[in-house]
Amino acid sequence: MIPTSENKETNIARKKYWKTNLKYLGALLSIWFLCSFGAGILFRDTLNEIRIGGFKLGFWFAQQGAIYIFTILIIAYIFLMNKLDKKYDVEDDN
Amino acid sequence: MNVQTWTYLIVGITFLIYIGIAIWSRAGSTKEFYVAGGGVSPFANGMATAADWMSAASFISMAGLISFMGYDGGVYLMGWTGGYVLLALLLAPYLRKFGKFTVPDFIGDRYYSQTARTVAIFAALIVSFTYVAGQMRGVGVVFSRFLEVDINTGVIIGMALVFIYAVLGGMKGITYTQVAQYCILIFAFMVPAIFISIQLTGNPIPQLGFGDTLANSDTYLLDKLDQLSVDLGFSTYTEGQKSMIDVFCITAALMLGTAGLPHVIVRFFTVPKVKDARSSAGYALAFIAILYTTAPAISAFARVNLIETVSERRYDAMPEWFNKWETTGLIAFNDKNNDGKIQYVSDVAKNELQIDRDIIVLANPEIANLPNWVIALVAAGALAAALSTAAGLLLVISASVSHDLLKKQLMPNISEKGELIAARAAAACAVVVAGYFGINPPGFVAAVVALAFGLAAASFFPAIILGIFYKRMNKEGAISGMIAGLGSMIFYILRFKFNTFGDTTPEDWWFGISPEGFGTIAMIINVIVSVIVAQFTATPPEEVTDMVEEIRYPKGASKEVVMH
Repeated sequence: MIPTSENKETNIARKKYWKTNLKYLGALLSIWFLCSFGAGILFRDTLNEIRIGGFKLGFWFAQQGAIYIFTILIIAYIFLMNKLDKKYDVEDDN
Repeated sequence: MNVQTWTYLIVGITFLIYIGIAIWSRAGSTKEFYVAGGGVSPFANGMATAADWMSAASFISMAGLISFMGYDGGVYLMGWTGGYVLLALLLAPYLRKFGKFTVPDFIGDRYYSQTARTVAIFAALIVSFTYVAGQMRGVGVVFSRFLEVDINTGVIIGMALVFIYAVLGGMKGITYTQVAQYCILIFAFMVPAIFISIQLTGNPIPQLGFGDTLANSDTYLLDKLDQLSVDLGFSTYTEGQKSMIDVFCITAALMLGTAGLPHVIVRFFTVPKVKDARSSAGYALAFIAILYTTAPAISAFARVNLIETVSERRYDAMPEWFNKWETTGLIAFNDKNNDGKIQYVSDVAKNELQIDRDIIVLANPEIANLPNWVIALVAAGALAAALSTAAGLLLVISASVSHDLLKKQLMPNISEKGELIAARAAAACAVVVAGYFGINPPGFVAAVVALAFGLAAASFFPAIILGIFYKRMNKEGAISGMIAGLGSMIFYILRFKFNTFGDTTPEDWWFGISPEGFGTIAMIINVIVSVIVAQFTATPPEEVTDMVEEIRYPKGASKEVVMH
């Protein structure tokens, strides 16, 4: 690649794009961990003291809640990344 | 009409649909054979991925396992869905941008090494064969029970069917049959669940009925179930009995394994754009979540129904389904105290009833007295689940042989036509091998499948993730990591699952981690070995780091023509 100023600009923009992507990943995966391994396993005994209808909360996270949250996380990621692709003009526009 | 006629009718119709689709979607090129031409819509791909993913284990065995495990069953629920978050965020978009056909393709190119490619092929074959063995057993069980044919005949019928659409249509045929199979299996799973939810709790949505009160009563279903479990000496349903570390490790191993399974990953190569790869994963999980949030409700409903039907009741007053399933050997009664009543308790010395876990889904409609067509529908759904997964796995096996092994290694000059013939021949051989496993099953469905996840977690997951996110990772690191991960996983299975090196008990497990959960540890071993070895060996060549840089940006994925 010839180091023209345009390339340099693209490179800086791309670095920013990647950094933002990693930031999103960090945030979404933290939620992913907290609602499955956290709420469903590690803290389930504490959460089980709280009840919603017939569900103990820790049990609910392990058998239902985590799955709903996983789906929402992926939808959020699709939404965030589509916006980011547009912003940095790296989307696949063909 | 009786159950038998209904079953022949419904199963027959679904089989005709699959064959029709197979003829309509024949593959004409290797690109169509391996990745359906790369032009599948994300919605259809999401459905196909869901059907590919939900196997005989998900459909037949999972609700049953949870029914007997209670809270501990959450390992399957979280483990087999949470992996999709990893797939969508960490793998699918980048592998789609990379834009080749198979997982060994990625490993071979990213680690610029035929050795790495060979290790990946080896891992793909072990994982896929372990997994396909479980599917064929599922096909056999369904055929023998619902069509009252011999298990072996059932397996052969199933194989012939998969043969038609996998060998003819390749990924293209498989994708569109899987879309049909998803619709059939989800319908078949939901109908009895909704019926039973209404019967027990008056709530038509099983996910809510699960947490609702019993019909005409103020007692919550789960409280009733906890009470029944404790009274009979079992562990409290909502608490389980596995150790926290084991639950943690099994869940993680299943998640990491899901994200490392070659037959799931390859599905993201079939869509046109990077954007579509992301949304495919979203659709896939949404479709999967419908079944996975219903399964634990079925488990709880079935458990209550089962205990109330059999516990302390007279054996000679048992309903018809009880005797029918007794003849298949899935239920066994032994009147130890000769009182003519069934004692179903936790204490092994006093317990008189043996129940196979698979029965929960298969016999549930009968236990709940549902109409005959519902029972037939469950049979068709179970077959759809097993066949769709088997076909997806067979494709991975055939692509590993014809593309990764022949084209990329042994015969680089093979023509497009020759490769397509080789792919079909490899698929045909794989069908025969899978059929053999169906007739001589290596153990029970879900347990065997669970081990395939440990193997995938220990081998592919770290190699792919490090390949995408860590530019410095080189071939020496990745190869030694995969070998260390796979090796330690295989050792642990042989040591504690098959007792190859002398008898063991769960007390001997390292840190209390079961063989099913050890994939997590093997994955960590893989990462540590990879990173350490990479520090002491040469940096990867520049064109490889450039490639890693390039796959991080979606632009251009659909324009890149795959050249061979």
